[in-house]
Amino acid sequence: MSKQKSASHEPFVRMSKRDGLPLWKSLGVRLIGLTLALIVCAVIIYALTKLNPLRVYAAMVKGAFGTNKRVWVTIRDIMMLLCIAVGLAPAFKMRFWNIGAEGQILVGGLAAAACMIYLGKSMPTIALLVVMFIFSMLAGGVWGTIPAIFKAKWNANETLFTLMMNYIAIQLTSFFVAKWENPFGSNTVGIINQMTKAGWFPTVFGQMYTLNVIIVMILAVLMYLYLRYSKQGYEIAVVGESENTARYAAINVRSVIIRTMAISGAICGIAGFIAVAGASHTISTSTAGGRGFTAIIVAWLAQFNTFIMVGISALLVFLQKGAIEIASQFDLNDFVSEMITGIILFFILGSEFFINYKIRFRGGKKEAGK
Amino acid sequence: MESSIAIRMVNITKTFGEVVANDKVCLDIQRGEILSLLGENGSGKTTLMNMLAGIYFPDSGEITINGNPVTIASPKDAFDLHIGMIHQHFKLVDVLTAAENIILGLNETTVVDLKRVREAVKQICDRYGFVVDPNKKVYDMSVSEKQTLEIVKVLYRGADILILDEPTAVLTPQETQKLFCVMRNMKADGKSIIIITHKLHEVMEISDRVAVLRKGHYIGDVPTAETNAQKLTEMMVGRAVSLDIERSEPVNRTARLVVNNLNVCDKDGVNRLTDVQFTAYSGEILGVAGISGSGQKELLEAIAGLQNCRDCSSIEFISEKGEKKQLSGMHPIDIKRLGVALAFVPEDRLGMGLVGSMNLTDNMMLRSYREGKGPVANRKKPKKLAETVVRDLEVVTPGLNTPVRRLSGGNVQKVLVGREISMEPQLLMSAYAVRGLDINTSYNIYHLLSEQKKRGAAVIFVGEDLDVLLELCDRIMVLCAGRVNDIVDARATTKDEVGYLMTYLKEGGKDRE
Repeated sequence: MSKQKSASHEPFVRMSKRDGLPLWKSLGVRLIGLTLALIVCAVIIYALTKLNPLRVYAAMVKGAFGTNKRVWVTIRDIMMLLCIAVGLAPAFKMRFWNIGAEGQILVGGLAAAACMIYLGKSMPTIALLVVMFIFSMLAGGVWGTIPAIFKAKWNANETLFTLMMNYIAIQLTSFFVAKWENPFGSNTVGIINQMTKAGWFPTVFGQMYTLNVIIVMILAVLMYLYLRYSKQGYEIAVVGESENTARYAAINVRSVIIRTMAISGAICGIAGFIAVAGASHTISTSTAGGRGFTAIIVAWLAQFNTFIMVGISALLVFLQKGAIEIASQFDLNDFVSEMITGIILFFILGSEFFINYKIRFRGGKKEAGK
Repeated sequence: MESSIAIRMVNITKTFGEVVANDKVCLDIQRGEILSLLGENGSGKTTLMNMLAGIYFPDSGEITINGNPVTIASPKDAFDLHIGMIHQHFKLVDVLTAAENIILGLNETTVVDLKRVREAVKQICDRYGFVVDPNKKVYDMSVSEKQTLEIVKVLYRGADILILDEPTAVLTPQETQKLFCVMRNMKADGKSIIIITHKLHEVMEISDRVAVLRKGHYIGDVPTAETNAQKLTEMMVGRAVSLDIERSEPVNRTARLVVNNLNVCDKDGVNRLTDVQFTAYSGEILGVAGISGSGQKELLEAIAGLQNCRDCSSIEFISEKGEKKQLSGMHPIDIKRLGVALAFVPEDRLGMGLVGSMNLTDNMMLRSYREGKGPVANRKKPKKLAETVVRDLEVVTPGLNTPVRRLSGGNVQKVLVGREISMEPQLLMSAYAVRGLDINTSYNIYHLLSEQKKRGAAVIFVGEDLDVLLELCDRIMVLCAGRVNDIVDARATTKDEVGYLMTYLKEGGKDRE
């Protein structure tokens, strides 16, 4: 027993799990986390660039909300990200690692673009939008269902499968971009139906993007109710927790997997429809633009609660917009803005730790580290 | 006297959130003694021992070893102080051999000398009467071998104080005897052993002294020779508890489940059940005995529609009205649609019977969430049911919205059994219904099963404690290597006979009954 230590040698810090924190407290922790993140960013910005951090922050706000148009573009992008996250929520709640949202968005967008190009002249806009909506939804749904079928029937790994489906969708998009090329030789589709605006979202209440907001918010509310109160939502939760339990409860695991992925893919397809008809009015391989992956963070951070997703989507889009603005205004490169995004995300994730665990310091009585 | 105390724990307190797991517990462990630590589920036994093993750190209190105050902040500190703990769930690396597992994490600076390790392992084995093959891979080992390896592992690290957390829960009676033999040898060698167990007859058999915890408080300790099972139970529960299982005569006995020619094979094509044939009657408890892995799990799952039976199999359910329904080859959903009231308490409570992350209400609706029209799940009835179960079965829970994972083992089982009984089953199957439960909860469960029998349900009870099987059941079916070895009258048979039937397959035994 040579290594005996004295009793005062208590470990310096210890963690212990805490029981559920009241909502206002956990919100408080997150707010503190955000504030700390901004302070740390300020210090780093000043140290690196000698710029006044407050001016930088002001520029970020300006980038996102500086003009009326910017406000609406920000809102448009928030809705896009939210829509994808809403689509991913049921899949991830079922612990089906759907990293194929990119592909599902693209095929949804392709379907929408095809309708605009081929049916644009023959239909009134409202009917055309309905047809586009349905075809995008179907395309995304099929794209999501294929890996689900393989998962259900042969237990194929869905992560790799959905990822590979992304590449197929990208190749497919390249093919159609070449086919629909306009003007010839540009290697882009260009703005579809620029003259007639057939298949474009109409302006509602004088705003271009009102319809985006309406569609996505309806989806978000429906998904919230679906996951929380429906029998199918309950089945998704059980399958996600344990397939054995699901079988025990007489749940048909295969059909739940396929059904859920059809829904997940369909909503991502709708996101593609919104991206084409409600935002860019064109299609390219970058229509999804990595948002299919960012949305995974949104869905998980919100614990599949679609209302919390609104806030997280807003934060991420705001950071991105602000980052672009400071990059151009202060002649900084993109890395500074990405650094800020990284630091803020780090602190948000860090506050999750403090919500779940309590820290105690040596000698200190309880309750340290609220 | 003072010098013979190996460990002294003084005023140890540990809280988890609002829950006080240990409240000012004082405990002494003598050198060369076997101490039983007794207490109901959630009374803080494991927490207390984890603080000795360096897994938790006490909020306050003092630990002295051989008179010196010490700090145990990590499992490594515990090893340095020669304390070794064998956990309920083994901590071994499956793909490594026994010898490799033993030296794992020791960080010996020299090149790993497996030869020397094997030599040392052999010495330890010879000294205490273990049998360990140092070259065997862990995935090839039986549960008992794995446990032996865990013990050798801590002895190799020089442990003088061994803590065994429910070591016998997974062992057969024979394996338990072997373990006890080893424990006695270690004691004779001057080692101190703390054993956590729920089985009172084992406490009486193996230990020198018994210490009792109740709800985190230290109740007291007594020399084993001066006490008995009844007194210990009273100390544990805090009031008198009857240790008799009430067994009524079967009434209105009619065939409820007729199983013929049941054959089940697993994914690898190995036969898990061969030509199983038996009848379960309403108003009786049919016990199922057997060494673990003899096909008990497959049998119950086959009846519940969770296993693929061979085509020749027949599982016929006869309802109260005399309608015959063939269950073989059916999925659980089909069985449900047939209107067969079949309740099943599976062995894996949180992995099959319940959803750990869901709260009590949501778990109540696991089997009934389809009820009612429309796409919306009705949570009113499950909530009422949850309230009833919590009240009637005395489930200790902070509330109905607590995830069941956060409840203690006994309360988890009460939730599960409560739900299954609430469907008023005609056939109730339970697998290892009292595994890991304290004595009070166990007797509650026995009582609930007996009530179902009186109600007229056919009860199939897969158990591991032969004493209980003999006391509770009307007939006992003994499985051996996936076959029905015999079905005996529980009132007339003996423990030895059942034990014998568990291990030796009779010629033509399957043809009986």
